Amino acid sequence: MNIAVIKYNSGNVQSVLYALERLGVHAELTDDPEVIRAADKVVFPGQGEASTAMRYLKERKLDTLIKELKQPFLGVCLGLQLLCEHSEENDTECLGVFPVKVKRFVPENSQEFKVPHVGWNELENLADNPLLKDLPANPFVYYVHSFYAELSEFTIAQTHYIHDFSGILHRDNYYAIQAHPEKSGLVGEKLLNNFLSV
Amino acid sequence: MLTKRIIPCLDIKEGRTVKGVNFVELRDAGDPVELAKIYSDEGADELVFLDITATVDKRKTLAELVTKVAKAINIPFTVGGGISTVEDVKVLLNAGADKISINSSAVKNPQIINEMAAEFGSQCIVVAIDTRNVDGIDFVHTHGGRKATLLKTQEWAQEVCDRGAGEILLTSMDHDGTKAGFSNELLAEISYALSIPVIASGGAGTMAHFKDVFTFGKADAALAASIFHFKEIGIPELKSYLSDSEISIRI
Repeated sequence: MNIAVIKYNSGNVQSVLYALERLGVHAELTDDPEVIRAADKVVFPGQGEASTAMRYLKERKLDTLIKELKQPFLGVCLGLQLLCEHSEENDTECLGVFPVKVKRFVPENSQEFKVPHVGWNELENLADNPLLKDLPANPFVYYVHSFYAELSEFTIAQTHYIHDFSGILHRDNYYAIQAHPEKSGLVGEKLLNNFLSV
Repeated sequence: MLTKRIIPCLDIKEGRTVKGVNFVELRDAGDPVELAKIYSDEGADELVFLDITATVDKRKTLAELVTKVAKAINIPFTVGGGISTVEDVKVLLNAGADKISINSSAVKNPQIINEMAAEFGSQCIVVAIDTRNVDGIDFVHTHGGRKATLLKTQEWAQEVCDRGAGEILLTSMDHDGTKAGFSNELLAEISYALSIPVIASGGAGTMAHFKDVFTFGKADAALAASIFHFKEIGIPELKSYLSDSEISIRI
């Protein structure tokens, strides 16, 4: 299986590559449109700031490429946010694969709720979806983020922090996880493995 | 619900763990990767590697270790010890570290926090603060707690938060090694004042101490070293104890 991991100006892509390696698949980090187009599966990882990331993608025309892809596609963390319509992070127009808005966490009580949302939290209301196959009930995944995608008809799992938000989104061939499956222990491994089998 | 985190800390010298460890299942008691994997399998929520090597080759050795750890484990980990420049951070993050922690270098040059946060994002910048109470006032100390500064701990914690730190690792030198409990009063004061997570360190001796640091100390995470390394407390039993005590914890 050929897996392309999209290379752009985002932090910590190495962990995603290592996690895929642990599952016994080789992934290539690339921004070459031909390689991405030809891959069996595409992973779009990310950590960083939305407007800088979008600018980078546009400059390399990766924005249009991503929207045209037909193979299973997985956005992770910032990757999920960039697949949405708009992010409040520096008022950024994103890719629009999911017609969903990305907002900043605003805690009513900052003593109880710190931002960023850092640590292990539960995925709830899991839909019957191949990506979520054989997961335990309310599995824990590792989050690090200050912005979240609102709940929508494409939400297949949600998490509660301050309020409910989209933990995992799915539309056609596009999947997106707000947490870091590459850092989420056995649950994360299961999610990545499930993605490799969709 | 977001859970409280349990974080074992491994001291590293020249690529090896230094503090004695008491794990019969370890083939090589000094191999940080093997130990990290055991902790991760046992349910540790994160790991911290603190490098205490003092040689010039250290950066390369540390980066190599970070790569090995990143390849082997599937939970987040932080690397600290002697990090002082943006370049140092870049090397370690590219090697696969999730976060880095800075301590003395931030005290010496606070602006470095802003620079690192701007370059890599706050989420991966942990500022470690060593504190000691001197005549009723909490002062920041550096160099492993040996050197006093004129910075008041609460004020410094607020400043590093304002400068873009993503988390604070607060070690009470008065409590460290005593096994008499964490510095809950100071931790609660700082945790209430700041909008970022606080990791408590120093003083863990019993399972009840962890419960206390989460309830009274308002800590978001608790770090300990020797009690885990010497198996005085096992991570699975600690986590089930905390869960039974109605602390939100990942089992």
